[in-house]
Formats: sequence, structure tokens, C-alpha cells
Amino acid sequence: MSAASQDTAVSTGRVTRTFLYLVLILFALFYLLPLYVMGVNSVKPLSEITGGNMMALPQIWTLAPWRSAWSTAQIGVEPTGLKPYFLNSILMVVPAVAISTVVGALNGYILTKWRFRGDTWVFGLMLFSCFIPFQIVLIPMAVVLGKLGLAGTVSGLILVHVVYGIGFTTLYFRNYYAAFPTELIRAAQIDGAGFFRIFWRILLPVSGPIAVVSVIWQFTNIWNDFLFGVSFGGTSQPMTVALNNLVQSSTGVKEYNVHFAGAILAALPTLFVYIVAGRYFVRGLMAGSVKG
Amino acid sequence: MAAPGTADFRTQLQDWLPKLVLAPSLAVTLLFVYGFILFTIVLSFTGSKMLPRFTWVGFENYEKLFALPAWHTAIANIAIFASLYIVICTAIGLMLAIFLDQKIRGEGMLRPIYLYPMALSFIVTGTAWKWFLDPGIGLQNVMRQWGWESFTFTWIKDSEMAIYTIVLAAVWQTSGFVMAMFLAGLRGIDNEILKAAQIDGASNWQLYRRIVIPLLRPAFLSAFVILSHLAIKSYDLVVALTGGGPGRATEMPATFMYSYTFTRNQMGIGASSAVIMLMTIAAIMVPYLYAELKEKK
Repeated sequence: MSAASQDTAVSTGRVTRTFLYLVLILFALFYLLPLYVMGVNSVKPLSEITGGNMMALPQIWTLAPWRSAWSTAQIGVEPTGLKPYFLNSILMVVPAVAISTVVGALNGYILTKWRFRGDTWVFGLMLFSCFIPFQIVLIPMAVVLGKLGLAGTVSGLILVHVVYGIGFTTLYFRNYYAAFPTELIRAAQIDGAGFFRIFWRILLPVSGPIAVVSVIWQFTNIWNDFLFGVSFGGTSQPMTVALNNLVQSSTGVKEYNVHFAGAILAALPTLFVYIVAGRYFVRGLMAGSVKG
Repeated sequence: MAAPGTADFRTQLQDWLPKLVLAPSLAVTLLFVYGFILFTIVLSFTGSKMLPRFTWVGFENYEKLFALPAWHTAIANIAIFASLYIVICTAIGLMLAIFLDQKIRGEGMLRPIYLYPMALSFIVTGTAWKWFLDPGIGLQNVMRQWGWESFTFTWIKDSEMAIYTIVLAAVWQTSGFVMAMFLAGLRGIDNEILKAAQIDGASNWQLYRRIVIPLLRPAFLSAFVILSHLAIKSYDLVVALTGGGPGRATEMPATFMYSYTFTRNQMGIGASSAVIMLMTIAAIMVPYLYAELKEKK
């Protein structure tokens, strides 16, 4: 993949190199800036933000904004903090990621090792579904969730995320399994191994890397989703919707420090995944764009 | 050994099993994606207000849609946003990738810094930039406190300029990702070609302009496709950063669709705007996906 080893053969002079480093560091500062602003201001009393300088370190350090964002801040009409919504997000993300990844693995296996007439069409149909603007499905989805009695529930959100996630997971596993020698599958078949046995014994043991990519991609996407959450969340809104409600609330004093603490809370799970498994995260992004 | 009858059944089952396992996914895709698309297209030709109703009105919704000033704003905004977003992200991404590719010390530290915003939700990005750009507490205030008394930066409150703050935040979020795509492309270029050109006396500038950048064509194409797709879908960032305001100055097709469908109870018009969005994305994605799939065969 995009391993760091192979550098270009181009050589550069000293002045150019100084310039390169300067630009690269400036951009690093630009990318870090909002993180710094959020972090620093989430541990300040509000008066230091409204009457002070956003870039300055706190004079009085406090965790009160974090406690407030987590358990007492006003979200919509209830002063519950973000905690219940964080739990909603967890309850939604875990099953949705698990189901879509398993389904994607099976689909990828079938589309590469059990090819049939028209399988490229099937894949094409599923692939295109990754790229539709979700606005086109919002209205019928609302109708169907209502009919199924799943409107405003975590189960409803899981269903939505699985349905619109299997295109991507199928894409990942299909491209990954395509490189796996089909002769091995045929040999196992001749030895009498069946469909599931081959999958379980031969493909699954080598699927580790792509499973990680798929899990991370789905986790990030579903955790960060806002459109489905706000449309179908009802009383089971996920974290992103709650954060937006917290920040946009028009009543009372704007507690910027609480907003920043809340924003970091909403970002923590995906940031954590990115820090722990960034390599796979990048790989997933690439696989989703450069299909090959 | 099993009796011939059961053996036949087993082989038949084995033949059918893959299709059976795939069937639910296909069914779900056909229903929830293509069925729903069809449903929304049909709705766009009906007089639906708060709930779907199937009274045929022909192209009335589309006529109304294109007569609405709010839709014109949305179209103008998406045109400004998408073009600036795509061009700036590509330029920054390409520049950072080329710079990082010069045997830079600390590349391993810089790359993740450029890329981490991609892991964040647009709502988080929007919140961070919203307050950082807020004249009262953010950048303007900071500059004034640092002694630049006349510094003014009120784009986010200015209906002419607010759209550019969305460009700024969106570029912040995705330009690192574009960098990663170009970097992968650069690392895939054969160094022998570069060395040969150097022996022929090409300067670094010529080297990149004449050889490297043309070789990155596939990365440019992928970047364009993925960025235009992200741009047209942009909903969360607008909601979090400007809420479509000031007034309705930063309305986009995605926010327009949502507000007409769910808060203004003009479902027919909302559906027609969604159809326009789909057609725009399809015009970009279908040829791209078709080419990708065809190559594979």
C-alpha cells in the first residue's frame, strides 16, 4: 500500500528543503489548530473564553465543562448531558458494524469464488448504492420505518446503517478475496468441502486485515453519521445529533467550554480508533475511492 | 456414501447456496436503494405535502422548484462550494504529497496530523470552526487581543462570505485525505523514469510538470470523483457550521431538501430536489464505476 519506504529520486537543494519544511509545518499547525482550540477551551471557565483569548492556555484549569457536557448539560429539553446519547451511539454502532461486516464478507466471497452469470451486475448495483445521496431515500425510509414500528428506535437506525453499509463492506471483501487463488477453493471443493466450510476454514483465517478495514470504516461512518440520526433517531438519537442540539440551543448563555468538551467527547471514539489503527483507516479510505 | 438421490440434492444445494446467501443482500439493495429511488421519483410527480399522496401533478413540482429563490441560492452555493472545495483540496493535497515525498524527516509524524480530521464527524468539525470563526470569541477577538486592533474577520456572519467558511472547514477536513491518495500515487511511480529524465537534464519543475503529474492521472480522477460526491452530499457541515444562515445564505441542495420535506411540509418539492441531486451524482459516478468494473473483467 502507501508504505513510506519508496521515496522519490528527485533531489532538492538546501533553500528548497527549508521552504518545504516550513510549508509542511505550517500545514501541520493548520490541521492541529481546531483540536488545540477545542482542547484548551474545554478546560477553561466560561469567563476566560468570553472575556479572554481563545488561543491562551487556561489560567484556572477546570473539568467542570467536561462533567457538564457528559451528565448535566441541556440537550433539547432534558438536562441529561451527552451520556445517554453516547450509549445510544454505542448500541447502534456495535450491531450495525458487526452485521454489515459479516454480510459483506459473505457477499465478497460469493462474488469472487462462486461467480455466476450477471454477478458483475449484482456487484455494480450494490456498488452504486454506496454513492447515492441519501436524500433520495429519506422519505420512503421514514414511511417504511414507521410501518415496521421502528421509527425513532435504535433498531431502526441499525437497520438503516446495515442496509446502506453493505455496499461498502461487499466492495472491500470482494476486492480482497479477488486476489486469493481460486484454485485452492476448487481443490477444497474436490475434497468435498462445502460452501460454508470453505469460507470458514480457508478464507476466514486470511481475512484479518480486510475485516479490520471494514470494521473501522463502518465504525467511523456510522458513528459520525448525522443525517440518518436526525431523520430517524426520534427518542434514540445518536451522539452527533445530541452534540448539534447542545451547540445550536438558543436558550440561555452559550457555554462554549461545554460545547468544546462535548465535541471532543463525540470525536473521542473515532479519534481513538484512528490513533490505534490509523494505517487500516487510510487503507479503507483508499479502497473506497480507488477500487483496485 | 449417500444414496444417489441425496447426493444430487446435496450438489444442487451447493449450487444454490451461494445465490441463496447473496439473495437477501440483493433483495435489500433492490428494495431499499432502487425501490426507494423509484418511490421518491414517483413522489416528485405528486402533490404530496406532509405525507405521501399519490395525486399526479406532472412536472409541477419541478417547475415550482426552479422558480424558488431558495433553490437558486442552493444551486449557486453548491456550485461555488463544490468547485472551490474540489480545486483547493486537490491543490493542497497534491502540494503536500509532493513535498512529503522529498525524503522528509518526520514524515511519519506529519502524515497522521494531516489525516486525522477525516476521522471526525462533520458535526465536530462544524462546532470547532463555528466558534473559532465567531467574531466575538474566535479569530477576530484573538487578533485584536494580540494587538492588531483593526483586524476584522466576520465571514461567518456575512451572508456574502459565509459560504467560504464552509469551504474552509471542508478543506480542513478532507485535504489530508487527498494528500494520502496522491502520496500513494507518487510512491507507485517508477524511479527509473525520473532518473532517466534527470540525466536528460530536466529540472525538478519540469520533472513534475511533464512527467510526474501526468502519471498521477488516476489519482486525480479518484480525487475528483470522491470530492464531488462528498460535496453534493454535504449536509452535516452546513447544519453545524452555519445552520444554512445567516438567513438562508448558505442553503445547499441537501439542506433545502431536508427543510422542504420535513419542516415545510412540501414533500413533492423536497422529493424533486432529491431527484435532481441523485441525477447530478449519477452523472459523475455511473461512468466512473462502469469504467472501473469493465476494466476488472
